[in-house]
Amino acid sequence: MNDTPKPNSFRSGPDEDGRFGIFGGRFVAETLMPLILDLQAEWEKAKNDPEFQKELADLGTHYIGRPSPLYYAERLTEHLGGAKIYFKREELNHTGSHKINNCIGQILLAKRMGKTRIIAETGAGQHGVASATVAARFGLPCVVYMGATDVERQAPNVFRMKLLGAEVKAVTAGSGTLKDAMNEALRDWVTNVDDTYYLIGTAAGPHPYPEMVRDFQAVIGQEARQQILEAEGRLPDVVIAAVGGGSNAIGLFHPFLDDEGVKIVGVEAGGHGLDGNEHCASITAGSPGVLHGNRTYLLQDNDGQILEGHSISAGLDYPGIGPEHSWLNDIGRAEYVPIMDDEALEAFQLLTKLEGIIPALEPSHAIAEVIKRSPKMGKDQIILMNLSGRGDKDIFTVGKILGMGL
Amino acid sequence: MTSRMDTRFAKLKAEGRPALVTYFMGGDPDYATSLGIMKALPEAGADVIELGMPFSDPMADGPTIQLAGQRALKGGQTLAKTLDLARDFRKDDSDTPIVMMGYYNPIYIYGVDRFLDDAIEAGIDGLIIVDLPPEMDDELCIPALAKGINFIRLTTPTTDEKRLPTVLNNTSGFVYYVSMNGITGSALPDPSRISGAVARIKDHTDLPVCVGFGVKTADHAKAIGAAADGVVVGTAIVAQVAGSLTKDGAATADTVSAVSTFVRGLSTGVRSARLVAAE
Ligand SMILES: Cc1ncc(COP(=O)(O)O)c(C=O)c1O
Repeated sequence: MNDTPKPNSFRSGPDEDGRFGIFGGRFVAETLMPLILDLQAEWEKAKNDPEFQKELADLGTHYIGRPSPLYYAERLTEHLGGAKIYFKREELNHTGSHKINNCIGQILLAKRMGKTRIIAETGAGQHGVASATVAARFGLPCVVYMGATDVERQAPNVFRMKLLGAEVKAVTAGSGTLKDAMNEALRDWVTNVDDTYYLIGTAAGPHPYPEMVRDFQAVIGQEARQQILEAEGRLPDVVIAAVGGGSNAIGLFHPFLDDEGVKIVGVEAGGHGLDGNEHCASITAGSPGVLHGNRTYLLQDNDGQILEGHSISAGLDYPGIGPEHSWLNDIGRAEYVPIMDDEALEAFQLLTKLEGIIPALEPSHAIAEVIKRSPKMGKDQIILMNLSGRGDKDIFTVGKILGMGL
Repeated sequence: MTSRMDTRFAKLKAEGRPALVTYFMGGDPDYATSLGIMKALPEAGADVIELGMPFSDPMADGPTIQLAGQRALKGGQTLAKTLDLARDFRKDDSDTPIVMMGYYNPIYIYGVDRFLDDAIEAGIDGLIIVDLPPEMDDELCIPALAKGINFIRLTTPTTDEKRLPTVLNNTSGFVYYVSMNGITGSALPDPSRISGAVARIKDHTDLPVCVGFGVKTADHAKAIGAAADGVVVGTAIVAQVAGSLTKDGAATADTVSAVSTFVRGLSTGVRSARLVAAE
């Protein structure tokens, strides 16, 4: 935070209208405009308020369990026989993923703004659980919108949210996944603007969300950068993260953007392959469009209708991506690659057996990319990957696919 | 050149009554039926037509209009075909203003300049694009105004005194006051609160102010019409379409007449509004 970006920095976006190049912006209904302008003003104030930063850091340490460790995956490294592999262990955070970093930050903002009700959308349920958790911690009622398909495939998280006192609303519109949940959350917000805070779970949506969520998640990259310098005395050659909306990825990437020698790789969900529509590779196989308040790469047809997409992982099952990623792709600072369902599934099993870590299906996509890359790299090279969440929520999905009775 | 919209509102002013602005979804449930609906609207008493452009992710719409959009898309409706509807309608009607209403992405993908040229050629008079607030005017509003298409803005209860001039700047045709914070199809708020809001907007503009969201009956239309220059009815009309369909969502012989009968009722309400409000 205190190293000011160099001129010509990759880290100075967005501009004051929330644009990263042509991406981003504020494409929302008039009802919401005054509110997101208020939010932006409040966020600007909070960002520079030492009290706010202190409370955020304090909760980070004592409630989330930060800093999360940087772990050298020795057996996976040996197994692959190439670059040294390090994991940023975000799955060890309270509630089991990186999502809590953002939730703590935003609920403190909601409190500052005097909001008395929290709404959120969720795909895998990790953001829903993190939202329900902070809502419980701060004594606010919470409604979580979740696609009906996801309610089914992420049942353990639905139960956790309910235990935490949140109301989970199953959304049947569309194919009942993350985009439909986000539509429904936006409808709730438009209807309840006066008292409601919309806690968006990823680095997407209208300005200031992409910037704000990134800044709350950037703690991942800030810690990781320092930790790898301590462990290896140098920066990694590659940083890798899975990309749904892009929050864990931008959180890891952002502090490395101006480190020229560090290659940046985002992993999109390739689903059943990029030929048809059964994937969520917005950048690799999509085109720029406007949805959910921002311009970004989207899966869409020739008429500008948004496609549903598919991924084995509910958290990557989103036909868009945060606008900063679209920009990083177009200017060539980051590379985005697809990983198929079956590759992710294999990576899930390999990590579990070799390292005794059951990863979520989302970062399993990143692991699969590590598995591809590491053997082609030298033993003196370093890959740093964001292990964004733990896989407890996914064991039923995986068990079903592998034909293991539970 | 005076626009079709200005001519229409001037005529209504001379008649001393508010406008009936009717929304329907283009292509719901199929092209031919929705063209039939569109053609029936003026005769049933509609003064301005809002032509809905279906979108896969209508974030500001309630279930009724969401489903209408889904039916239209399933029936093969596209933005190009929605322009065709206007083109076909204009063969017999060159006076009724048509405002296209929807979301930005299909227009962005069609190409803004190409869209505006085709819209002018098809006889479109105005645009209401829900997800383009004044902050995004460079996208479509400014190019549309430059080509002579009205850009009609929504103002809402959250648009405060400070923001109102920003919203009214670059607005043309009429101002659409959304009567509540919410999505289409919600309940109608107290009409007495609406007249205050309309007066507040009129302090800042000479444009006609039309009020919508929640108007469902002829009585509503009459009450709102007493307080505004126009009454917008959408969800209730779309519900008439939905109610007339087969189980599988196909049009029946009653679909067009269900809409025109309903609109005729609304029109009676609107036409009696100024008896209440007579100066
Ligand atoms: C563990 C985990 N990783 C990644 C994601 C994808 O989201 P994002 O791209 O915002 O990090 C999710 C979303 O639910 C998740 O639960």
